[in-house]
Amino acid sequence: MAELILKHTAIKAIYSVVPKTVYKTHDYPYFSEDEAKMFAKTTGIIERRVAATNVTASDMCFKAAQTLLEDLNCHHEIDLLVFVTQSPDYFLPASAAILQDKLGLPKTCMAFDVNLGCSGYVHGLLLANRYLQQGGLRKVLLLAGDKSTISTHEQDKTAFPLFGDAGSATLLEYDAKGEDWFFDAGTDGSGADAIIIEAGHSRMPYQSFDDQDIEVAPGVVRSKKHLAIDGMAVFNFALKNVPKSINNALDLAKLSADQLDYLVLHQANQLITDSIRKKMNLPKEKCPSSIGNFGNTSSASIPLTLCSELSEALKNERLCLLLCGFGVGFSWASLLLSTHNVATKLLEYD
Amino acid sequence: MEIDDFITAIEEEFDDLNPGDVSPNSVFRDMEGWSSMHALIFVALIDSKYDVLLTGDELKSCVTINDLFDITLLKINGGGANT
Repeated sequence: MAELILKHTAIKAIYSVVPKTVYKTHDYPYFSEDEAKMFAKTTGIIERRVAATNVTASDMCFKAAQTLLEDLNCHHEIDLLVFVTQSPDYFLPASAAILQDKLGLPKTCMAFDVNLGCSGYVHGLLLANRYLQQGGLRKVLLLAGDKSTISTHEQDKTAFPLFGDAGSATLLEYDAKGEDWFFDAGTDGSGADAIIIEAGHSRMPYQSFDDQDIEVAPGVVRSKKHLAIDGMAVFNFALKNVPKSINNALDLAKLSADQLDYLVLHQANQLITDSIRKKMNLPKEKCPSSIGNFGNTSSASIPLTLCSELSEALKNERLCLLLCGFGVGFSWASLLLSTHNVATKLLEYD
Repeated sequence: MEIDDFITAIEEEFDDLNPGDVSPNSVFRDMEGWSSMHALIFVALIDSKYDVLLTGDELKSCVTINDLFDITLLKINGGGANT
């Protein structure tokens, strides 16, 4: 059972970046008016941001990180850069190495990618803590971002209108007086097929498969190189595992859900987040949502929600937060933590 | 748990349904504009109201509202593969 008590770590800043281009659910040409209404009602997505062809997840994270490092003037203190993404620039090298150079970080800085999606930000916070809590490192830069729109087929009604693009940068540092954090996580690889891009890597390399578009269901067209999502399987997975994981983290902290200031969930879709919130008996005000404006932004959805919905509270209040990411894998992670005086910014990528 | 309550909950969930539109023998996939979104709303509604999580396969095995009611009742009483 992956339950841990984490010590001596503080979040200093969270910056997020979204592309300027807005795609509205009601403008999606493959929806009828009724379908668009039903999609918006169910997923909560009114609009989302889509990156230009030449913009990658690492570009958006670079802008978030560069702005953060300039504002806090701490390039030279970054000892570890972690980049959580499932849309890296290349098969190899790791995008984190390229970002170390572009950001002008010291060559003594470790840098690696983590191949996780919707649960990745919370796993990234754990990784940062594991390196920081012994006191050997000064600061960790956690980047989390995805360009999911590069993987979805425009005629796949189940996937294309669901995802938005975003990047984020979170600065963490050693804090001898930091309050304990409480972590719970798990994996169920039997759900690997529920969110998958089958082709294009080692199991099904390019030129070894038929990449013709197929109508797999009415209004759902894609090929094996596109992202496929089974919404019902994801819903079942989330409702079975996420409330348990949240309760495990709460139990570890000896707190109840009503003692949280906010429960910040991965923005999968509104139906899932509302169902989880109701299971936790929390009012809407305690469960901020950004999906209406940004869609499902994969690994960036939690930092983006923090920046877009809780900016003032993060800056001015001492908060008890529970962050929970869940999705592709299946993989999930919950982290209960306290924050104080966290700088945030929400920027646009031109 | 009564089927009338079950039907009322369904009629209240969908804006385009009025009281009396749904009966136990209604074929739910015949709802106007039926899509995977409707299926998710049914599963979320049953989970929220009865704390029963239906899988995609269980939903596929149902044709009428009565089938949905029966499988929900079965799972409330400890049957089914995934209570």
